[in-house]
Amino acid sequence: MTTKKVTGSQAVILSLLEEGVDTIFGYPGGAIMPVYDALYDFNNNVKHILTRHEQGAVHAAEGYARVTGKAGVCFATSGPGATNLITGIADAMIDSTPLVCITGQVASPLLGTDAFQESDVVGISMPVTKWNYQITTPEEIPEAIAQAFYIAQSGRPGPVLIDITKDAQFGELDFEYKKCTKIRSYVPEMPVDPFKIKEAAEIIDQAKRPLVLFGQGIIIGNAEEELKAFVEKTGIPAAWTLLGLSALPTDHPLNVGMLGMHGNYGPNLLTNEADVIIAVGMRFDDRVTGKVSGYATKAKIIHLEIDPAEIDKIIKATVAVLGNSKKSLKMLTENVKENNHDEWIERFRKCDMIENEKIIHKDLYPEKPGLTMGEVIRIAAEKTNHEAILVTDVGQHQMIASRYFKFRNSKSNVTSGGLGTMGFGLPASMGAQLGRPDRMVIAVIGDGGFQMTIQELGTIVQNKLPVKIIVLNNNFLGMVRQWQQLFFEKRYSFTELQNPDFIAIGKGFGMEGKKVENREDLDAAVQQMLDYNGPYLLEVVIEKEDNVFPMVPTGAAVSEIILEQ
Amino acid sequence: MRQEYIITVYSENHIGLLTRITIVFTRRKVNIESLTVSESAIPGVFKFTIVIKATKELTIKIVNQIEKQIDVLKAFYHTNEEMIYQEIALYKVPTEALYENDTIEKIVRNAGARILEITREYTVIEKTGHKEETQALFEELNKFKVMQFIRSGRVALTRDPIERLSEFLKERDAFLNSLD
Repeated sequence: MTTKKVTGSQAVILSLLEEGVDTIFGYPGGAIMPVYDALYDFNNNVKHILTRHEQGAVHAAEGYARVTGKAGVCFATSGPGATNLITGIADAMIDSTPLVCITGQVASPLLGTDAFQESDVVGISMPVTKWNYQITTPEEIPEAIAQAFYIAQSGRPGPVLIDITKDAQFGELDFEYKKCTKIRSYVPEMPVDPFKIKEAAEIIDQAKRPLVLFGQGIIIGNAEEELKAFVEKTGIPAAWTLLGLSALPTDHPLNVGMLGMHGNYGPNLLTNEADVIIAVGMRFDDRVTGKVSGYATKAKIIHLEIDPAEIDKIIKATVAVLGNSKKSLKMLTENVKENNHDEWIERFRKCDMIENEKIIHKDLYPEKPGLTMGEVIRIAAEKTNHEAILVTDVGQHQMIASRYFKFRNSKSNVTSGGLGTMGFGLPASMGAQLGRPDRMVIAVIGDGGFQMTIQELGTIVQNKLPVKIIVLNNNFLGMVRQWQQLFFEKRYSFTELQNPDFIAIGKGFGMEGKKVENREDLDAAVQQMLDYNGPYLLEVVIEKEDNVFPMVPTGAAVSEIILEQ
Repeated sequence: MRQEYIITVYSENHIGLLTRITIVFTRRKVNIESLTVSESAIPGVFKFTIVIKATKELTIKIVNQIEKQIDVLKAFYHTNEEMIYQEIALYKVPTEALYENDTIEKIVRNAGARILEITREYTVIEKTGHKEETQALFEELNKFKVMQFIRSGRVALTRDPIERLSEFLKERDAFLNSLD
């Protein structure tokens, strides 16, 4: 291998190029200026997106990562630049999203002196990164970046932060790049144990009322086909977590819907009827389980999972199969008998009918005068043939969109699940669009979350990203308002918003847009948005007390799911 | 049932790893009763000995989360009964008290302690043992007014005949090579 003399900052960019990075999200500042200076010479090799806030950069990197499966990359300067990344890093940590965040740091002799824009970003980010590392000499740069990509993208993915002092950026080194393929102290995934597979297969073959619960592990592991093959051979109904959404087409006959607090009636209710639960690439989040002691009370649990720390963390596994779901599902499919569970599936269909009658039909085809979130989602989804990438923020609109959008393709749903980060949606949609320029990206955002990162409208316009933004505006922090209505005696404590003229704001940034208040205008307005060549902001005024049901109230068991207030 | 557990962690010698490990405890509001870190017999591999009071269930979860840290090679947990362990304590007493009668000498003898240094002002006594033992000696000596007292964190060995770490490292190397 040939080496050449370069500066530390050039080594940063060269290392990223070696890792195949094509897009960087970031924001310059004093301590990372040498890296930005080096970037100036690589304008043709890598795209840099200047966001309006570092939080925008990190959420955009997450959006990019979620639709491509590759690590999202972001740059920020020291001090406030770096601390502004933290929310996004925490979001990526809990949602297993691969990120490589590179922050500038004050020169090494100044470390610990309270220098201008110094913050202990390695210390601050430690609880929310899969790994982090501070570089103080230029020679460390290629190896640290190689390790960063390996760690971020392998095993259960996650965010990695590399902090580089300014003197390391200025210094010189002989550049030589070698991709990282192993680290002695790190086993990204365990080989699948064939004995565990046999044990699991025996239980599955004897099950009368089995249920598959799938999570993002399927999407991260590219195991969509393996999941489909498994459920089709065994005839087992399958339900998804919020982040597992889009891994199996929504209209697949064995797809029985969404789990959790605002999931579908059948999968929640029947979790407690199931005799065997096959959980794949999911971690039994409390929003999925409800009251743990009342969860899956009759079921043996088979847990297919890449992260050993997830086994028995919340729900004790009867059989735990460690490893990559792509491999374990394939082996499991080979070991199980062909089967069908038509009577059991009929139970889900009956639940669907009840839910449809009590909730879904009214949400999607309302007869009351006020517009519902559900009808907006239905129209947008139908008009894009359910093939768009859906990016959501956090709150009522997120649950409604997840329930009703319906997907045909994997890696099509981008949302903040574990951390529930309001303000995620708009910047994540830019990253999703940059990651998949060939696909339509629809961002659905509430009026509260929209105002948390609204400045990124500027980034979208500057970079001509044709994102279609739907703001569902009920002039309330709707989910909190719903809880206040149901559980806090309608004491609406600080949830009403006096909103600005969103369309005027969009126009101020140079974005086309339209506000819709009446049902008769909705269809045409959505069509106009989709037909528009470029970014577009559609504001839809939603009825204030449009609530999300069904609901598993906090502290209740999944089988205590309520259909109406 | 909450009881004492000894958690042993083998790791690479990387800056910041101590914080990463302690975060696992603080995040769950588990107090660390004692902590000792030093290089193991294998150069470059560091060993943490951490004592906590917790349930077995929580201890297992904590060990799993520690092992998940990238730079951690392996973590184990044991009950006190499963390990041989010691702590070291140093006591500084006024030398005058030794001159007055032979009580201190008897205490030191009976406790199996030893005297490290004698000056005109003070005498430093050392004792290794379990916490109850070093604490009992403190109570005895404090009748003569202990001027300073310090107790170390715990060090512990398993009762296994083999060194788990070297076996483990061999297996890990073979395993990672098999993935190539």
